[in-house]
Amino acid sequence: MASEAFEEIAETFDFLDDWEDRYRHVIDLGKAMAPLEEALRVPATRVEGCASQVWIVPEIEGEGADAVFSFRGDSDALIVRGLIAILRALYCGLPLSEVPAVDAHAELARLGLDEHLSAQRSNGLRAMVERIRALARQAAPTAG
Amino acid sequence: MLDPERLRADFPILSRRVNDRPLIYLDNGASAQKPRVVIEAVNRAYEHEYANVHRGLHYLSNLATEKYEAVRGIVARFLGVADERQIVLNSGATEGINMVAYGWGAENLRPGDEIVLSVMEHHANIVPWHFLRERMGVRLKWVEVDALGALDPQRVIDAIGPDTRLVAITHLSNVLGSVVDVKTIAEGARARGVPVLVDGSQGAVHMPVNIDDLGCDFYVITGHKLYGPSGSGAIFIRHERMAEMRPFMGGGDMIREVTREAVSYADPPMKFEAGTPGIVQAIGLGAALEYLMELGMENIAAREAALRDYARQRLGGLNWLNIQGDAPGKAAIFSFTIEGAGHPHDISTVLDKRGIAVRAGHHCAQPLMAHLGLNATCRASFALYNTTEEVDALVDALELCHELFG
Repeated sequence: MASEAFEEIAETFDFLDDWEDRYRHVIDLGKAMAPLEEALRVPATRVEGCASQVWIVPEIEGEGADAVFSFRGDSDALIVRGLIAILRALYCGLPLSEVPAVDAHAELARLGLDEHLSAQRSNGLRAMVERIRALARQAAPTAG
Repeated sequence: MLDPERLRADFPILSRRVNDRPLIYLDNGASAQKPRVVIEAVNRAYEHEYANVHRGLHYLSNLATEKYEAVRGIVARFLGVADERQIVLNSGATEGINMVAYGWGAENLRPGDEIVLSVMEHHANIVPWHFLRERMGVRLKWVEVDALGALDPQRVIDAIGPDTRLVAITHLSNVLGSVVDVKTIAEGARARGVPVLVDGSQGAVHMPVNIDDLGCDFYVITGHKLYGPSGSGAIFIRHERMAEMRPFMGGGDMIREVTREAVSYADPPMKFEAGTPGIVQAIGLGAALEYLMELGMENIAAREAALRDYARQRLGGLNWLNIQGDAPGKAAIFSFTIEGAGHPHDISTVLDKRGIAVRAGHHCAQPLMAHLGLNATCRASFALYNTTEEVDALVDALELCHELFG
């Protein structure tokens, strides 16, 4: 079961059966997301493997078993910005330990956006998901 | 005038659908689709005519050798070269230019020598020269294009100085579509004793090429852009330059004799074709060039000029579309961005949903992108089989992009 925010997006997508409307909604989600300030758009936050530029900055609150994961992100491409907004809905607010186990592919398939996760797609959604998992693992107090 | 319906029927892939839409393939600058005659020639070669070339005395080896060697003559005819021994078959323009860099450049250049090139070169005609810069201290001298993306041949000639040893220039920009007057450049360079390499990756696809007339020293072509198989290609090397070259790769097929102490080489062009070549790819390339010559490159150029005029007028009507390059006589290649919104990747994603294939990115021409002040553009590049209806579909889809991203 995904977060409330993600379920809300999934419900909206249920009503959108043609791709134009789905993309329109993805783009709107991206436009509604607060931009990442210039100072955070640095090589350390840059996600390699994306055709457009993508930055992801983790924000972890609490410690130990109570640690909660969230992140901010941005891209210079609008569709990718929208995909980042959807990933935020999917991941933000989860206990840190649960982040790596989220089946992003299955969840995005519910929105009809899983095509963006195939290995050869250059928009980098897959690279973003991998970065998010890696950030969560790094932040976890102990491995395993 | 060539009949678009009949042309399209020659290309099986054009009848397929993409994302529930008829395919509109406008990524021909990256690679062109293949006519049935090429596909059949490749299949026939594997089914009936295959063995290694230049080796066996058996029937199939002779047959494959005949088919392969015939391609050399076809390429020579296609490029207007009288003596086919000046044609080396290879895997494409990248191999051709690297062969010149290693085989000719590394052999004949000295530290401080200059190579003149234009700012709109493809990386294939830049990186091999950077290798020489890194290895031997050769210097690269860049010639700018004007605001329309045109390259003044006189500026190239004027850039030739006492240390210039080579001019390496594209015949047709893969980003801007600008056609370069390589004949004038070659004349000017020859008067100064400087050889000229022409990157014909795009040029040979869109207009008749006659190397005897152009007067360049090296001319490279890429088979997959010429409606032939990927991994096929050729280079014209003038006899005098061949004489100055060392083989770039060593191996089978290119030798006369090998002993423990020494090696002697076969005569050109075999000297420059080491190892088992792309036999079937070459045979497919031969079929592609025969197809083009049958249609007539003049006719193809005329048809594409009509497409260019129509696309130029329709795309020019979109006042929020920034088109890069409008040189007189340009080819039907349009690079663009949407003003104020829409990353090129956004645009190509939406176009793809409409079944329209374009390229988005830096087009392997980062120095040109830097010159234009852009990171990336979308590029619609047309081929002999594209239609005005496809231009209309592109315009419709771009209007959707403008609405979505604007």
